[in-house]
Amino acid sequence: MTELPPPIAQWFAARGWEIHPHQVEMLERAGEPALLLVAPTGGGKTLAGFLPTLAELADGAHAGLHTLYVSPLKALAADIRRNLTRPIEEMGLPVRVEDRTGDTSYTKKRRQRADPPHILLTTPESLALLTSYEDAPRIFAGLRRVIVDEAHALAESKRGDQLMLALARLESLAPGLRRVGLSATVEDPPALARFLARSDAPAQVVEADPGPDPDIRMLRTRAAPPWAGGGGAYAIPEVLEAVRAHRTTLIFHNTRAQAEIFFHSLWLANDDGLPIGIHHGSLDRAQREKVEAAMTAGQLRAVVCTGSLDLGIDWGDVDLVIQVGAPKNVKRLVQRIGRANHRYNAPSKALVVPANRFEVVECEAALQAVRAHDLDGEPRGPGPLDVLCQQILIAACAGPFEADALYDEVRCAGPYAGLARADFDACLAFAATGGYALKAYDRWQRLKQDAAGRWHLRDPRAAQRIRMNIGTIQDTDTLKVRMRGRGPMLGEVEEAFAASLSPGDTFLIGGRIVRYDALRELTVEVSPSGRKTPKIAVFNGTKFATSTQLSARILALFEQDAWPELPAHTADWLALQRTVSRLPAPDRLLIETFPHEGRQHLVAYGFAGRNGQQTLGLLLTKRMEEMGLDPLGFVSTDYATLIWGLEAVPDPAPLFDIAALEAGLERWLAANAVMKRTFRASATIAGLIERNTPQARKSGKQATFSSDILYDTLRKYDPDHLMLRITRDEAMRGLVDFDRVREMCARVAGRIDHMALDRVTPLAAPLFLEPGRVPVEGAGRERLAEDAAAALMAEAGLPA
Amino acid sequence: MNGHAFSLAGAELCALPSGALWWAARRLLCVADLHLGKAERHARRGGAALPPYETEETLARLDADLAATGAETVVCLGDSFDDDAAARALPEAARTAVARLQVGRRWIWVAGNHDPGPTDLGGTHLAEAAIGPLTFRHIAAPGATAEISGHYHPKARLRTAAGRVARKAFLIDGDRAILPAYGTYTGGLCCEDPALTALMRPEAIAVLTGRRALAVPMHPRRTARA
Repeated sequence: MTELPPPIAQWFAARGWEIHPHQVEMLERAGEPALLLVAPTGGGKTLAGFLPTLAELADGAHAGLHTLYVSPLKALAADIRRNLTRPIEEMGLPVRVEDRTGDTSYTKKRRQRADPPHILLTTPESLALLTSYEDAPRIFAGLRRVIVDEAHALAESKRGDQLMLALARLESLAPGLRRVGLSATVEDPPALARFLARSDAPAQVVEADPGPDPDIRMLRTRAAPPWAGGGGAYAIPEVLEAVRAHRTTLIFHNTRAQAEIFFHSLWLANDDGLPIGIHHGSLDRAQREKVEAAMTAGQLRAVVCTGSLDLGIDWGDVDLVIQVGAPKNVKRLVQRIGRANHRYNAPSKALVVPANRFEVVECEAALQAVRAHDLDGEPRGPGPLDVLCQQILIAACAGPFEADALYDEVRCAGPYAGLARADFDACLAFAATGGYALKAYDRWQRLKQDAAGRWHLRDPRAAQRIRMNIGTIQDTDTLKVRMRGRGPMLGEVEEAFAASLSPGDTFLIGGRIVRYDALRELTVEVSPSGRKTPKIAVFNGTKFATSTQLSARILALFEQDAWPELPAHTADWLALQRTVSRLPAPDRLLIETFPHEGRQHLVAYGFAGRNGQQTLGLLLTKRMEEMGLDPLGFVSTDYATLIWGLEAVPDPAPLFDIAALEAGLERWLAANAVMKRTFRASATIAGLIERNTPQARKSGKQATFSSDILYDTLRKYDPDHLMLRITRDEAMRGLVDFDRVREMCARVAGRIDHMALDRVTPLAAPLFLEPGRVPVEGAGRERLAEDAAAALMAEAGLPA
Repeated sequence: MNGHAFSLAGAELCALPSGALWWAARRLLCVADLHLGKAERHARRGGAALPPYETEETLARLDADLAATGAETVVCLGDSFDDDAAARALPEAARTAVARLQVGRRWIWVAGNHDPGPTDLGGTHLAEAAIGPLTFRHIAAPGATAEISGHYHPKARLRTAAGRVARKAFLIDGDRAILPAYGTYTGGLCCEDPALTALMRPEAIAVLTGRRALAVPMHPRRTARA
């Protein structure tokens, strides 16, 4: 075993602590260029990451920056600084640790650039900004190690792609740099290792003992879950019992709105006055910190939360995790379960609460997957080009560069290993001149080439604008919510939701009901309200689609002859469906048609995930309109799409011809809100749209024109432009999720079971209760606008 | 033409769905805030290179309005160019397009805060224009009457059964009309902004642009209560 330097060994000994085997292994293999440690929560991952650094710094010989630690959360950087500073002081090591995030003061940041600490804790965005400075080579010259924490989470977003590009840059500045990734349990460690390491030297995987299997069950309730909906309110009595029976419980929800509603109902039923808090990403930071502090101090019995507690901060005392709503994704469920019981080698305890009848099946499928250690995950595509466009601008801020050298550097980043030169050149052209078919910016190029062929910023003022817009996090436009009369900040709501409010309307935020009073300088002012039936605020939380693997397991469950593992109410429901119609099968597509309340209905059980089913609904209704079937609307869930209209569909099979669907997609994408939203995100990342400008922050007065105009203009005048290509690729993977539709068509391969029935089927019935019905648009919207305008004029007594 | 007809100081006017104002009796078309050359100025000042097609698009829409109305006089109500340098830097194709639109028409450039100086494009350059009973100026003068102006880029919102609609809008009362911005790359100021509510009378209306002009009360609640 590698000898620990005496101060560290003594520190362990003084505490009677034994060093974990994977911590030893990380220490022994510290010289390797890249290591990925996969360990469950509570496995001492962070210490495993830092021990080699402390060992190397123990003799005090290293001057300047030695180790860079990057985590997705600002709070985590601060937390680690506290947790690391204490042992360093106790060991008496000559090591300086500092964090640097968006919250760090300007003076401190300047000082850090002039005199970097030994260990710097930061986020991907702050690191990208650091690499954009001209003095980056000096700052990073002595850098030896990079630790990427929560690597599994970073690898799922563009923040990770940006980080890998920044690491490629650092490696040019500090050759021989060693990388360490720390990850929770993932389905495919080698894929994560490829993402994390230099593309020519894949990371070696170190897997810690995963510990005992979790103790996970479905919560049995007296009331059966409702047929539709996502709140889980029916289970409140049993949830409260579970909270009472445990020290500290985390109650996870899939969306912020659902967390708010559940927390509210929980309070109404909380007769014992158990201390329960709420935590989600739209709450004000001060509010969240209060809950976190109370949690750490052991003052709370439960916290209702969302993905905001998926990562990071260790809550020592959590002994139960409750997941409300189907987890949609097995890997996330496993990671959430790991939040319970941070004592290594003790099983985590978790309960799953299906929010409706169908989710009972989905939860059972998820539990089976957890027991089988069958984690899901969609393989990530190659590194996105919008992030590369931003990287080129960042490189230009740091100083002149040669295109060939930058291309080689970028390809060292795992996600960009296979980047084609033509794509790189397109991104460079975009960053330099906009890359338009019409050459309009000869004089005002953003990047210009000097006599030696090196690219540099034409106008040095551009550097400030570019730095202000570094990052890939898309914060949708939100407005702060504050208690009236200079009261406390409560959190934020989406701008679109705020716009829908009239004075006097009430809504839920942070677990309380407030009344909307006024909008003042981009702040929503509210006052307390005693009303009982609030509106539900719309938050920008993500809605996840059920993963492909989980969908397959549900279909496999349907194949069983009977379902002894399911509660009787759900087993009976499935059996009835089998009698009346049939159950969807893995390699076939079930279509049901039936009349109901004077309308003809069609249900397609595609199991393509909510975004895919939504896209399917749009495309099918488009085709039905062309065929004169007069569809009126549709609604989609993760597993099915229900369409209603005036005409019956005698033969649905031709509707599902993949080539025809794809052709329809091309036309539909032309002016689609999803595409515009996707364009806005990518154009912002690529630097076409600047969210922040050096001028005073926008006050709502003559705000910049909408990005939709840029999208429409490009489509009309420059349809082959790079940004449109990026938008299309993104949407196909993301919100449009056509890949899942394509996959469904391939799986089914024309094997369509059409059941023409005379009434609603058991499996279709809950679809009628689903929210989110989409009207099929013709001239309808314009007519509704005219009606609304006429009504308002009449009401105001004005002539139309 | 799906426009909204109204009268101001005895002049019978029509707010067109495109955002242009049509005065049939004088065969006069008025447009505000074209902001030609906006993309060029943005890039010149170190910003991103926006799609350089907005001037072409703006002029194409103006061309369509001129063809539809057969206007003989055109009044551009200021901020026709994103700045004077943008006017000078206008690409040759755009200069030709403007010249073509001007053929056989009286053309008046009213000065705006973005483009105070005269241009070398054809037409007359004026600080403001008095035509018949009406005064055309860039920024509304508080207390003025019979006034047509631009500058504020007004927008208005409308709640419909199918969701919220926010569009560029005319603001009209018995004293004045404020035109929406006609330029392609132009944002908007909500008509509920104090700068606009202070200018307009309580009974003012907002006329939304779009497929057809839609008139709504500018201050729905205030008038509803009155």
